[in-house]
Amino acid sequence: MNEQYDIVIIGAGPAGMAAAKLCGSTGASTLLLDEQSGPGGQIYRGIENPAIVDPNILGSDYYKGTELAEGLRQASIDYRPGAKVWQVSSDNATDKEVSFSEGGIVHIVSAKRIIIATGAQERPFPLPGWTLSGVMNAGAAQILLKTSAIAAENAVFIGSGPLLYLIVRQYLLAGVPIKAVIDTNPLSNYLRAAPYLINGLSEYKTLVKGQRWIKEIKKSGVPFINGVKELRLSGSESVESVEYTTGGEWNKLDTDNVFLHQGVVPSVNLTMSMRCTHKWCNTQLCWCVVTDAWCETDIAGVFVAGDGATIVGAIAAEHLGTIAALGALHQLGLLDEVGRDSQAESHRKVLLKGFGFRKFLDRLFQPPRQFRIPKYGDTVVCRCEEVTAGKIREIIKLGCTNPNQMKAFSRCGMGPCQGRFCGLTVSEMISQELELPVQKVGYYRIRRPVKPVLLGELGRFKIKELEPVKIGDHCGEILK
Amino acid sequence: MFKAIDDKGIKALVSIKVDGNSYDVTGGETVASAMLQLGFNNLRNTPVKGKARSAFCMMGVCFDCLVVVDGLSDQQACMTAVQEGMDIKRQKGSAELFSLSDISREVIK
Ligand SMILES: Cc1cc2nc3c(=O)[nH]c(=O)nc-3n(C[C@H](O)[C@@H](O)[C@H](O)COP(=O)(O)OP(=O)(O)OC[C@H]3O[C@@H](n4cnc5c(N)ncnc54)[C@H](O)[C@@H]3O)c2cc1C
Ligand code: FES
Repeated sequence: MNEQYDIVIIGAGPAGMAAAKLCGSTGASTLLLDEQSGPGGQIYRGIENPAIVDPNILGSDYYKGTELAEGLRQASIDYRPGAKVWQVSSDNATDKEVSFSEGGIVHIVSAKRIIIATGAQERPFPLPGWTLSGVMNAGAAQILLKTSAIAAENAVFIGSGPLLYLIVRQYLLAGVPIKAVIDTNPLSNYLRAAPYLINGLSEYKTLVKGQRWIKEIKKSGVPFINGVKELRLSGSESVESVEYTTGGEWNKLDTDNVFLHQGVVPSVNLTMSMRCTHKWCNTQLCWCVVTDAWCETDIAGVFVAGDGATIVGAIAAEHLGTIAALGALHQLGLLDEVGRDSQAESHRKVLLKGFGFRKFLDRLFQPPRQFRIPKYGDTVVCRCEEVTAGKIREIIKLGCTNPNQMKAFSRCGMGPCQGRFCGLTVSEMISQELELPVQKVGYYRIRRPVKPVLLGELGRFKIKELEPVKIGDHCGEILK
Repeated sequence: MFKAIDDKGIKALVSIKVDGNSYDVTGGETVASAMLQLGFNNLRNTPVKGKARSAFCMMGVCFDCLVVVDGLSDQQACMTAVQEGMDIKRQKGSAELFSLSDISREVIK
């Protein structure tokens, strides 16, 4: 590893892997960092070492990642898994500094260009009882399936969106009994999305596939419950039951495991900490990074590609990773304008088709308000500091107008997750109570480091003389 | 409880300790996935209200899986791979503060 790179890429999901492959092929000195133990990102997590033997369970979309990971292993770049990036300083216009911890040692490298491809996280689902043990994100259940080949029997899946149906289907294919699927998608979403169906038709194959999944789930005999207005999870320490209303009546299901999911949102803590401009998206209902046609942010030389900027899905993330790399390489003088534009053309065509479909999807699966903004005062909003919706409303009534004041008054967002699981809820709650646009309400002022650094790590601080990591070493690491 | 969906083949086992008891778990697992398979429902208690918590996101963003690993508190169980001889404790309340000797030991290393 050098002290200085032309390009540092953060995140080895589809966006980061595509960017790295292209950068490596042009001779740009490139460093790719990811905190996971291998490449793949979220969709292709564990792709080099699938824990599941039967390839039908995760499906062919998962194994598409193999080619990307192989491309990455062959690229002439430095790839460092297990590297947790906690700070990027872009104060200096020409060279940016990236700080990360790896195996308990802190490293700092400088980069002429930065491509952030840190992806998405699942949206908060602040239900009464969502902090109980045994309640997890559905994506977490999928991670356990992908990397450990383990599953929980008789779980209740709650929420909506393609990823939820995908995971339920993967559970079914793995032969794991499911207690029930509670679909929270309101009927009104179908009406809202209908005018965009024409855009959706560009990807009719995906549309048909989604329909098939839902049909398969329904046909499997697993209870599929629609039209749910209210939800409550109960138990003393661990979850014991799910209660829900349909048609005004409360029903109850006993279970030890609940998997929640209502879509994914960009992981914006790093870009927020750098003060890149973000905009509230009224359709996706989350903060998105403002970027230009080459994925460059308003901080010159800082690019953001993939689901870390706006939710686009894995295929688009890959194409955007390439486009960001083309933009960065051109700025470094490694690619002329004609070359850049002509290479980008085919990628833009695919993106254009995909974006039409995305417009339709975003509306079809927009999570309803009652599951984004808690109704009852005793529902926990900030999981870390255990601040309830009631407390937050009380502070708004006292005159609090923005999330930073909320933090100061309630400690909401001050815990180790740095607002990742309460920030969206708090901004939306203030917006609702004060009848202000969310954009105006704003978000927490995110501070560095964006991931905790231990005192001990700072003690073991290295800038130079690092052991080069050989390709192939990491597989050994994983198997250890 | 989380259980294996198929025969994982022959994989090396590593031995770890959780709250003082020894267990053999599959190598390559994270502390969180190993503990879930061992049937630990709770990984820690919260500092504010002492409530039980377990892994929630499994991808390093929620910080609900904090445990004490080899004496170091606030370690994310979902992001830490099990190692032979690892000594894991469920975290009660807030992180234990480093003693001064711990810090100097770390710096000298
Ligand atoms: C839990 C989960 C499961 C998902 N599963 C699927 C699926 O099965 N199918 C599907 O179509 N979509 C899935 N998605 C949606 C996902 O967002 C994909 O669209 C796709 O993975 C996005 O690609 P990306 O390259 O933008 O980011 P990602 O694939 O998310 O990759 C981002 C990478 O950045 C790394 N990273 C983040 N922050 C840091 C940091 N500070 N330091 C170092 N590394 C960092 C992460 O470890 C990760 O590897 C999932 C999303 C989530 C959250
Ligand atoms: S389970 Fe969320 S950080 Fe570990």
